[in-house]
Amino acid sequence: MSAVTLTDIVKRFGDFTAVHRMSLEIPEGGFVTLLGPSGCGKTTTLRMVAGLLDPTEGEIAIKGKRVNEVPIHKRNLGIVFQNYALFPHKTVAENVAFGLRYRDVPKSDIARRVQDALELVQLPDVGDRYPKALSGGQQQRIALARAVVIEPDVLLLDEPLSALDANLREDMRVELKRIQDRIGVTTIFVTHDQSEALAMSDEIVVMSNGRVEQVGPPEEVYNTPSSEFVARFLGASNILEASAEGRANGTVTLDVPHFGRIGVPAVRAPQIAGAGPAKLVLRAEKLTLAKPGTAPEDAVTVDGTVETVDYQGQAVRYFLRIGDAQFQAINMIDGHPFHEGDAVSVILRPRDCSALPGGTA
Amino acid sequence: MGWQLVRFWTLLVYTFMFLPVAVVVLLSFNASQFGSFPMTGFSFRWFIELAQNEAILRAFRTSIVLGLMTAVISTTLGVLASLALVRYRVPGANMISTLLIAPILVPEVVLAVALLLFLNFLNVNKSFTLLLAGHVIFTLPFVILVVQARLVGIKRDVEEAAMSLGASPRQTFFQITLPLMMPAVAAGALFAFTISFDDITGTLFWKPGGVETVPTQIFAMLRNSISPEINALGTVMILLTVGLPLLGLAIARRMSTKRGG
Repeated sequence: MSAVTLTDIVKRFGDFTAVHRMSLEIPEGGFVTLLGPSGCGKTTTLRMVAGLLDPTEGEIAIKGKRVNEVPIHKRNLGIVFQNYALFPHKTVAENVAFGLRYRDVPKSDIARRVQDALELVQLPDVGDRYPKALSGGQQQRIALARAVVIEPDVLLLDEPLSALDANLREDMRVELKRIQDRIGVTTIFVTHDQSEALAMSDEIVVMSNGRVEQVGPPEEVYNTPSSEFVARFLGASNILEASAEGRANGTVTLDVPHFGRIGVPAVRAPQIAGAGPAKLVLRAEKLTLAKPGTAPEDAVTVDGTVETVDYQGQAVRYFLRIGDAQFQAINMIDGHPFHEGDAVSVILRPRDCSALPGGTA
Repeated sequence: MGWQLVRFWTLLVYTFMFLPVAVVVLLSFNASQFGSFPMTGFSFRWFIELAQNEAILRAFRTSIVLGLMTAVISTTLGVLASLALVRYRVPGANMISTLLIAPILVPEVVLAVALLLFLNFLNVNKSFTLLLAGHVIFTLPFVILVVQARLVGIKRDVEEAAMSLGASPRQTFFQITLPLMMPAVAAGALFAFTISFDDITGTLFWKPGGVETVPTQIFAMLRNSISPEINALGTVMILLTVGLPLLGLAIARRMSTKRGG
C-alpha cells in the first residue's frame, strides 16, 4: 500500500492554475523529492498533502484513506519548514514535546521520547535552552526532532536546508538522509536545489509551471531527461538541434552539426521512434577537453577554442566555441587547466549522450 | 557656544513643560490651606482629606471600573479584529482597518458629539454603558495598532507547525499565538486603561447625570475653588498614569530577558 496517493490533483487560485492535473504515488518509507524552480507548484503540492491548502479537484489519500476533509491537526504529519518555525517562547524540550501532548502519551514516556529524539539529531544537551540560543543548523535539527518524535505517517520537508550556510547545508543533507533511513519514515522533500534532490531521493518529481515534467530515480532523471526543461534544470547541459536517422541494434543514430553522426544508446532516447527532428543532450561534465590531436577510440572528437574559463576549485567550467555554437564543459582539474584562447580537442562519448524528440521544445 | 545655547534652550523647554507638574506634586504636600505658595510645612493632610472625600472616592471607583472594563473589552475586540485583519482574507480589509483607526484621526469633540447625537436620534438615554461604549470606541484603535504590528511579526509557519503537530486552531491560538503576542496585548490593555482613565472630553459629553470620573470630578471641583486636595489628587493621577505604563514596560522587559533575549 502506498503511503501517499495523489489522484488527479488540481489547484487553482482564481484564474491561475498552480498545479495542473497531477497523480503521484509515494511508497511506504520512500523519499520523494519535488524539484523545480520557484513557482513551479512544488510547495503548493506539499501544502495540499499537509492540509494547509485544499485541492480544487482530485483526491489525496494517506495510507489508503482519503484525507481531503481531514484538517491538518488530525493528519498525523511531521512538517519541517524553511525557517525552522520553532516556538520561541518554549524551551527546546517543550518544543519537541509539543506534539506528544496532543497524543495519548503518558507523562513519563514524554520525557524519554523527547530525549531519544534529541539524541537522534545529536543534540542531547540543549533541552533547557530556548531556540534563540541555538545556531541555525541546530534549530533545524530541533525542528526535525519535533517533527519525527510524533512518529508521523509522512514527513514533509519544505526547503529545510535553504536557510543554512553552504557548508552546513551539505552536512545537514547527509544527517537528514541518515535520520530518514534510520526511522524509515515516508518523506516528501521540496527543493529547488538539484544536488540536494539527486543526493537524497529515491525518486525525483521534476516540476515546471504546475506540471510534472518527469518522475524517476535520480540516475534516470539525470541521465535520461525526458524533456529539454529537465535536461537544463538538472546540471549544465548542451542541447543541440539534430536529426534522427533511425533506430537499429539498440542504437539511435543522430546527425549532429559539428559532431557528425552519433549513435546514442536506444535506452537513452526512449522517445525517438524513427527518423525526424531530434535534440542531442550533452552533459557539460561529459565533454572532455584534451590537447589538439588527441583522439581516443570509441569517441567523437571535434576542434574547438576555449572562450572563457570559470575556475571552481576542484573543477573548471569552460565556455567553448565550436564552429558557430557555444558549449559548456565542466572538467576536473588534473594536471593543468586550459586557458582562454587555447585550441583544444573536444571529446565526447556517444554512450554518455541522450536524445529527445525535436520540434517543439 | 552654539551648543551651549541649544542646551540652555532645551532645559528651558523641559522646565516649562514639567515645572507645573512638579509644582502640583510639591504643593500637594503643603500644610497650608491654600493650594499655592508659600509652603508652610510638609504634610500628608491633603492626601488624608482626599481619602475621606466621598465624592472623590466614588469618582475613583468609577474611573477604575470604567478603565478596567474599557481595557478588557477593547483588548478583546482589538485582538479579534487584528486576527481577522492579519490572518484571514476579509473582503474590504483595508477599509475596515481605516474605519477602526479613524477615531484617532477624528477630533475627540466631534466624535463625542456625533455619538451623542446618534444616540439621541435613536432615543437612547445616557448611561454608564454608553460611556463605556464611547471609551471602547476611542481606545480600540490604539489596541489594534499595537497588536496588529506584533501579529504581523509572528510567522504563520509557527502556527502551522503547531497545527501539524496536532493542536487544533483554538489550541494553537492559546498555546502559540496568544503567548507570542502577549507583550502587545498587555501594552494595548495598558494604553486603553490609561487613556480611559485620563479622558475628559468624551466623558463630559457621554456621562449620565450624577456619575463622575476622576477627571470630571477635578474639573467640577476647579469650578468652585482651588482646593489643595486637587493637588493631592493630581499627584495620585500622575503616579497612576505615568507609573502604570512604566511598570508594564518593566514587566515586559523582564519577561523577554527570561527567554534568552
